[in-house]
Amino acid sequence: MDLRTVQTTYANVQYYVGGAGPDLVFLHGAGGVTGDDPLLAELAKSHRVYAPLIPGYGDSEEAPEIRDMLDFTLHTWDVAIALGLRDPVLVGHSMGGMIAAEMAAVQPRDVSRLALIAPAGLWDDAHPIADLFATMPYEMPALLFHDVEAGAAMLTAGRNVTDPNFLQTYLVANARQLGMAGRILFPIPERGLSTRLHRIRARTVIVWGDSDRLIPPVYAHAFKKAILGAELVSIPEAGHMVTLERPRAVADAIDALH
Amino acid sequence: MKFTWFNLMPWPYLPDDFREKHRSVWVDIDQKLFDPVKSHEVYNTYMDLLEYADQLGFDGVGVNEHHQNGYGIMPSPNIIAAGLARRTKDAAIVVLGNSIALYNPPVRVAEEFAMLDCISGGRLVAGFPVGTSMDTNYCYGQIPSLTREKYQEAHDLIIKAWTTREPFAWNGRYNKLRHVNIWPRPIQQPRPPVHIPGGGSVETYDFCLDNEYSYSYLSFSGYLRAQALMDGYWKRVEERGVDKSPYRAGFAQTICVAETDEEAERLYWPHVNYFYNRCLHVYPGFADAPGYRTIKTIQTGALSQYAPPVGGYSQLTWKDLVEGGHVIAGSPETVRQRLEDLAKGLNVGNIFCLMHVGDMPADKCMYSTKLFAEKVMPKLRNVFPDWADDNRFWTSPLDKRVTSGSLPKQAPTSADLLKTYGVEA
Repeated sequence: MDLRTVQTTYANVQYYVGGAGPDLVFLHGAGGVTGDDPLLAELAKSHRVYAPLIPGYGDSEEAPEIRDMLDFTLHTWDVAIALGLRDPVLVGHSMGGMIAAEMAAVQPRDVSRLALIAPAGLWDDAHPIADLFATMPYEMPALLFHDVEAGAAMLTAGRNVTDPNFLQTYLVANARQLGMAGRILFPIPERGLSTRLHRIRARTVIVWGDSDRLIPPVYAHAFKKAILGAELVSIPEAGHMVTLERPRAVADAIDALH
Repeated sequence: MKFTWFNLMPWPYLPDDFREKHRSVWVDIDQKLFDPVKSHEVYNTYMDLLEYADQLGFDGVGVNEHHQNGYGIMPSPNIIAAGLARRTKDAAIVVLGNSIALYNPPVRVAEEFAMLDCISGGRLVAGFPVGTSMDTNYCYGQIPSLTREKYQEAHDLIIKAWTTREPFAWNGRYNKLRHVNIWPRPIQQPRPPVHIPGGGSVETYDFCLDNEYSYSYLSFSGYLRAQALMDGYWKRVEERGVDKSPYRAGFAQTICVAETDEEAERLYWPHVNYFYNRCLHVYPGFADAPGYRTIKTIQTGALSQYAPPVGGYSQLTWKDLVEGGHVIAGSPETVRQRLEDLAKGLNVGNIFCLMHVGDMPADKCMYSTKLFAEKVMPKLRNVFPDWADDNRFWTSPLDKRVTSGSLPKQAPTSADLLKTYGVEA
């Protein structure tokens, strides 16, 4: 994947790009995405993949003007327009799934293929979603992965947690990223999406890890019910980070949209 | 110097094994630990102690705002302050403060503070904290990275509401109000003195200097650890070419006075232990929501005082706490010396005296408070003779004030009223 920058009204946005085939936009979750992400690699085998970083993530500029759900939705459309994309396959994971669903709902004629991977955006009092913002780093693997041990290794890979500079770098990155994500996810990751899902006209696949403990699979059924004709692909032995744990299975579900 | 007697109002019945059995004193503290029946006496005793401080001549009595918190059962400080405005005579009512980003609309704060100023005859000190992340984000649901913007708008709106003499429209991002016209407005002109509690956010220094507000560092870790932060503040004051009046700064300090140093340890250690080793047990996941603190502040290394210390928590001893300056305790002479060191070292004129500590019973608290008022306070009055007349950061009460209970002993008779008002209809 190459890393490039595109200019939008509120921020210069970094994006990963690679592969060949039909255009596909991938919107990452609250944890961000890296150039060696295994799902991006799988998708790039059959698509021209564009994975923009939300302002505040990586070297994407912070954007104080982007405050609420509509701002996030329209900004991400601005990115697609700036990249010259027309009706790309729209894919989003977790927070990115929430944004992708909003994009497809506000401009239903501009999205014909949509893949939502364990998206945020709905809330069910009977199944409260864990408070990501009150979760300590050491508690994350159990929330995010089916295989907790392997997940923990993935999260800490390449980081020297005993380095005194690490803590400050980590805190700054965390404040930039989750500070921004908090604008649509804090304190409850719900901003009225349920009243807009009926507008989606895209052929939609919903992908969920069976062992998702952050957003439990009961939410998959709520999305399926609310989006006209949506299909659900459940992936066994995968948690919320199904994108890391079963990238090929997720890519297969997305390929089936064509 | 100005001494404000402060009570955090801790819940005094947290169990001995609180730290082991419970994850947090704040936000998701166990409901079962609060007993409303017992709270009846706790609240009234705490208010009695604040009133007692007024009788002993403290310059101010202080209250603050916390939510869902085992060491501060005062979600609405204005309710306590209203009681104090009626039952105290001379002390400033120091509300430190109202977390103004939480009030919807914030003109509510302008109104309630105005009421307190009017009822007390101009004795209000108005505090405007951003509020801790626990209170503001985790309990009251404000979006962390937008909290400061919302705070700023609330501040601007309150000041304009206090100082504008005709109705105005407010088209803010967080408040849309067509007719702002608060009624009543404060006695103190152009506004009550404002104190801003800060925890090392660099942006707050300039905010205070721009508006002539006093900067208050409310820490529990004492004056020795505060040096770097306060030095940063005074450095900024100097850079801005502003005078270095010590009343531009306030500091909270736990203080315990006895006849001797030994007696102080014997009398107060259980309660100091209760506070430092039990009440401050906050789940680290609630310490600092990402986005609450600005990037610039994190880069200067100012982290939440509630974040776990490097190497984890350990039980603090009396010796640790006294030598480390968390607590100033001992004979009146010991306390005087150390407070003088604090005041001169930090250049701080407003001391918020945390004299009720943890589960301290009223009798011990009175004993400590009285010794402080009689044997420590008088000797520290003139630590800053050059600034004796600087009243920019303190109250300007009415000369002639009424107090509660001024009605005649008995209702007048018809004849009394005829005498007073005559026969004209």
